[in-house]
Amino acid sequence: MDTPVESPINFTNISKARWWQSGLFASQTGYVLLALVALFVVMNFASPYFLTEGNMQNVAKNFSFIAIATLGVTLVIITGGIDLSVGSMMCLSAMITSMVMTELSTPGMPVASLFVHPAADGKTVIANVPGLILLISVLAGLGVALIVGLINGFCIAVLGLSPFVTTLGMLSIVRGLGYVVSNGRGSFPGGPDADYFYALTSGSVFGVPASFIYLLVLAVAMAVVLHHTSFGRHVFALGGNEKAAALTGIAVARLKIEVYVICALAAGLQGIIISGWLGSAPANMATSYELNVIAAAVIGGANLAGGVGGPLGAIVGCVLLEVIRNGLVLAQVNSYWQQALVGVIIILAVLVDRIRSRMA
Amino acid sequence: MVTPQPTGQPVLALKAIGKEFGAIRALHGVDLQIFPGEVVGLMGDNGAGKSTLVKIIAGNFPPSHGEIRFDGNAIRFTRPIDARAVGIEVVYQDLALADNLTASANVFLGRELKRRFGPFAFLDHKAMAARALELFGELRSETRPHDLVKQMSGGQRQAVAIARTRLSNARLVVMDEPTAAISVRQVEQVLSLIHRLKEQGVAVMLISHRMPDVFAVCDRIVVMRRGEKRADKAIGDTSPEEITSLITGAKEAA
Repeated sequence: MDTPVESPINFTNISKARWWQSGLFASQTGYVLLALVALFVVMNFASPYFLTEGNMQNVAKNFSFIAIATLGVTLVIITGGIDLSVGSMMCLSAMITSMVMTELSTPGMPVASLFVHPAADGKTVIANVPGLILLISVLAGLGVALIVGLINGFCIAVLGLSPFVTTLGMLSIVRGLGYVVSNGRGSFPGGPDADYFYALTSGSVFGVPASFIYLLVLAVAMAVVLHHTSFGRHVFALGGNEKAAALTGIAVARLKIEVYVICALAAGLQGIIISGWLGSAPANMATSYELNVIAAAVIGGANLAGGVGGPLGAIVGCVLLEVIRNGLVLAQVNSYWQQALVGVIIILAVLVDRIRSRMA
Repeated sequence: MVTPQPTGQPVLALKAIGKEFGAIRALHGVDLQIFPGEVVGLMGDNGAGKSTLVKIIAGNFPPSHGEIRFDGNAIRFTRPIDARAVGIEVVYQDLALADNLTASANVFLGRELKRRFGPFAFLDHKAMAARALELFGELRSETRPHDLVKQMSGGQRQAVAIARTRLSNARLVVMDEPTAAISVRQVEQVLSLIHRLKEQGVAVMLISHRMPDVFAVCDRIVVMRRGEKRADKAIGDTSPEEITSLITGAKEAA
């Protein structure tokens, strides 16, 4: 009954999938990208202002304001989880960053003497080491995000709470903390390093907004990590079949904690960048942004059931949302329609994916 | 079929293994030895304690009583990877595959081949695909390493799950119902694979409901009933009829 080992196997009765049936072309990300290209063409004919440099810069800037957080949420969604606390996280990180910056830049405050000294005129202050205050305040903002991510991950991975409930609670906790530390007033980046802060967050390089550059770098890094490292492979395996992942020896709890930490850090960084653009971190900043972020991730092809998604999809989803918003403004449509339209697009994108996978 | 007389040290020796889940006694006083190159069939009706025994061997949970010896050394597993580390590979009944990944990704899940670039380690896709193709070839399975598991037939999935056990130099391979959901031709392939494992001195534990398969490849049959071992007989000394009556309880023990 033994079949000889030498005879090579052949694939005569198993055809290879055609190029349009596999990879990007067969994914939700693929045809949402197609829809986006079509939308660009239509908008170009509908409004002469749409493809102007100024408008494109605006679009690029506006969508990068939620896209970094969307990368983080997409990662969580790939593992089959969800993070609803990103909007609050953006606010708290931004707030802590500008508060620490102001604190360290005010002579008389504890430890501030290490960082600044009053100038000869007695009114302005000068940094002892330029940029150090900025670095420490940004690290403080991200440090808070790290702690929130660790708590989210611990509750979900170790205590076994549902991601939805845990992060819904965290949404409220983090927003509440934001009001507590600021007394509801919000805070402003100040001191000698504030100019660096604005340059790094809302500045631009050769006409390209800085936030867009950060987004590109992070998206490329995420693509490489997801597809070419064992961490990324395990993230997909966790979303595909958590039990199988555990049985093959993947440290599931640790992986989950790492994913929620990365997501919180992405949201924190996003918040810090937004506050640079706004010039302040108000206590109600980024309220309900988590819904835009999750909507963008889902439109871009991240599957809430887990196992599917990627950075390209996250970006495509964000661009689509922004182009629609921008287009409606240019077309002078009542801007209240935007929200309704976004809802329609979420359902449409998922519906088309459903029809496609039924036909396949 | 020639039954080699087991000699030397057993690769796995269970002594008076018992397991309770609360008030339920799932296993009681099970003694079992498996020698290198031996194929042992584990049979029993649903609820006989087969799965519990397999899970103890696979390291899913420790036994309540008794001792497990692997290669003569007493061991205690707390996680499945502990069992894998000493050389026990398990093909689970539900196969434990991630549908959204490719065949080769599933074969190498948890032990990916990597190439180092400075401080970073990247997946070596090429080497993994080549090795996976080689393994599928050995299993006579027409499976492409780059195909997604969700697009595969039952037999191909089975091949992916079995290919996984061939990555390391396993000493004992436990297969839970490997022939339950696959075609006639693929059953033959799985059975010939078991023969090949045996030739290489690997011990195999086959859990199956299919009497013909068990009699085709096993050297010895162990029958479980109500959490206890009721029979442990060389294949030449028994018959399908006797095994059936042992499983159903028509015959108490042999």
